Formats: sequence, C-alpha cells, structure tokens
Amino acid sequence: MYPPYRLTLTRAPRKPLIVLPHTLSEVTGPVFGHGDIREADNDLTRQHEGEPIGERITVSGKVLDDNGRPVPNTLIEVWQCNSAGRYRHRIDQHHAPLDPNFSGGGRTLTDAQGNYRFVTIKPGPYPWENHPNAWRPAHIHFSLYGTAFATRLVTQMYFPGDPLLPFCPIFNSIPDPKGRERVISKFELNRTEPGWSLGFRFDIVVRGREATPFEGKK
Amino acid sequence: MRAKSKTGRVLEPTPWCTVGPYFSVTVNDSNSVRAIAAPDAKGERVKLICAVFDRDGKPVTDTLVEIWQANADGKYNHPADRQEKSIDSPFRGFGRQITDENGACEFETIMPGRVPGPRGALQAPHLEVGVFTRGVLKLLATRIYFSGDAANAECPVLALVPKTRRATLMALPVAGQPGTWRHEIHLSGPKETVFFDV
Repeated sequence: MYPPYRLTLTRAPRKPLIVLPHTLSEVTGPVFGHGDIREADNDLTRQHEGEPIGERITVSGKVLDDNGRPVPNTLIEVWQCNSAGRYRHRIDQHHAPLDPNFSGGGRTLTDAQGNYRFVTIKPGPYPWENHPNAWRPAHIHFSLYGTAFATRLVTQMYFPGDPLLPFCPIFNSIPDPKGRERVISKFELNRTEPGWSLGFRFDIVVRGREATPFEGKK
Repeated sequence: MRAKSKTGRVLEPTPWCTVGPYFSVTVNDSNSVRAIAAPDAKGERVKLICAVFDRDGKPVTDTLVEIWQANADGKYNHPADRQEKSIDSPFRGFGRQITDENGACEFETIMPGRVPGPRGALQAPHLEVGVFTRGVLKLLATRIYFSGDAANAECPVLALVPKTRRATLMALPVAGQPGTWRHEIHLSGPKETVFFDV
C-alpha cells in the first residue's frame, strides 16, 4: 500500500504475503514464439495508413536476469498514450485529441542475446484524478513474462529529466531511490538515427531462478 | 565479471510499477486467451469463472487475470519441467482475461493433474494466478484449488496457509452447472484472499 496513490487504499492486500517455496508451478511459465507476433508489432509508427503526430523515437535495450544473463525469446508488450497525452481506450476521458494514426500498443520478442527494439513516438504527459492538479510524467508501460511464473514483470519506463517525476505518486511508490533511477531510460546519442529519430536505452532486469525445484526424483 | 551485491545478485531487478487502467490497448480480445485447454485436450473439462473484488466488496473491473497450470497428467508445457510425462499438444496451460463490469472473467480449461512440491510431496490440483490492476503496485500471486478435492488435505503448499484462510483459495462448484466452478478473489477487506510471495 502507498497512501499517496489513493486507489491502493481499497486495493492493496493488508495481510502479510505467504512465502511460497518455488515448486515446478513457479519455475515454469508460458512460452511465446514468433507466432505470437505480427509484422509492425514493434513499430508503433507503422500500424496505420499515415504516420502519427509526435517526436519519433526508438526505445531499445537488453533484457537480463539478475545474474546478468541475457533473457532470449521473451515476450515484451508495451502500451502508451499518444503525443497529446491521450490513450486509445474507452475510459480515458482526457480532453486531448486522439490520433487516427496511433494505437499505442506494441509487442516483440527479445533476440538470442536478449535485445529488443521498438519504434514509436514520445508519449505526452496527462492529468489524472489522484489528487488536485495531478499529472503523470511521460511513460511507456512494459510487460514481460521472463522465463517463469515467478519472473513476471510489469513496469513503466520514464524519460530522463522529466520535471513531473518528483511529483508523481506512482513513480514515487518505488521505495528505493536507486530503484526509481532504474525505471528512467537513458538518452544515448549513438542510438539516435541521424535525420530520423532520437534513441532511448532501457535495459530491464527480471528475476532469475532462485531455487532448484524438487522434481520428485528418487 | 561484475561483483555480486549484498543481496547475492549481480544486477538488481527492475522495480514493478502498476499496470494502470489502459493495458488493454495491447492486451485485448485479439491476444487474450480464454481457452487454457483446447476442446480436444485430455482431462475433465472445467469452466472457471473468476471474480475480483476490492476492500469494500465492489467488483474490480479492467483487471488482468492470468492463469498458468499443468495438464491432466501434472506436466507443465515448459522446458524446466523434466518429469517423464508427456505434453498434451491441445493444452497450452496459459490463459489471460480481463474482468468485465461485474469484475468477472471466464476461462475454459481442464482439471490439472498433481505436480510435485517441496520434498517430493505431491501438491493438490491447483492453478497459478496472477492479478494485475490499477491501484496494485505489483503482481498479486495467488492460487486456485478446487473445493472438496481429497488431495487438498495433503498439499504441502496449502499446509503453509493458516487453516482459517485456506477457504480463500478454493473455487466452488456452481450448483446445477456440472463442470463449472466459481472463484472469488478479494484484494483486501474481511474476505482478503491469500497472496503469495513468489
């Protein structure tokens, strides 16, 4: 629970979590493949007839486990609002225009070295109803399966230097300042495509296998 | 070679952030999975209704519910499961659905087999469940067991749960609808479901 993020008051469990020793059920998980991905799923600027309005960017990086090993062939799903700060979603009522050329959803698999890359436009900030004059900093949502049920990760990637970050209770719900730094992407000049797009790097660390499951062998 | 930190890790995991309200921009009907088991999968058919509630008993809409389970023989469709049991190809074992205006969603599956647990003791048939919703900062991991299954009494994982709270993990058969089970997940409040630290 994190009271400044109001909705946690009615939704966060209050009782202590029960520690679950990893069994086969936790060290296995869904496996995804190229059949789950379509052409242009990782290029959010090419999903419609025209190009979306906004600052074209690439977001790329590596998925590693906490032992520093690359996580290959893992599914990454992203979603974001458009450059005006509006999601293409029925419950987003923000008074900002939808962009007919932008849906805001992407999917990809990491390659054999754990690398991934998305092409998109920079999302805008937007107001929300948590408290008076609340604004979300620009962010892209990331969902990863990793290698097992226990390695699942859903997070949000932010942009360096965003002046809204210190005021955001969702960003500040990450207790450790070093943890907050790890969800801010880095601008890297060598990831820009000259004359085309700016490049941001976002490396993601999922949990590794912590325990060897007991497999019932004699 | 990077040095390990105090936690024994080379790298610290990326922190969780809430899934928020808008994930169905990407996770939606075109790629959500209602059929954990295709119609020709081996095993006793189960239609599972999951309903999610908040502290005040209000339905929680726009929530992602994910299921991971073993097949009828107790084998996971995953390389880390090295048991000498066969994969059943119409059975994937994975499902994800989004709750509707009643906080509910449905899955089509089969009754899972038993898989080994700590010290080799067999676990009772269960599903792994992940719940993702706005107002929740990280994955809520829970399980669904089937009420009345004799194996529940000897499940080494259920044994870790205080007796008074075990009922919060039990799906109940729906009267008059054979093969249909209903399970309530209470995020908080007097009926709070047991959640696990995985």
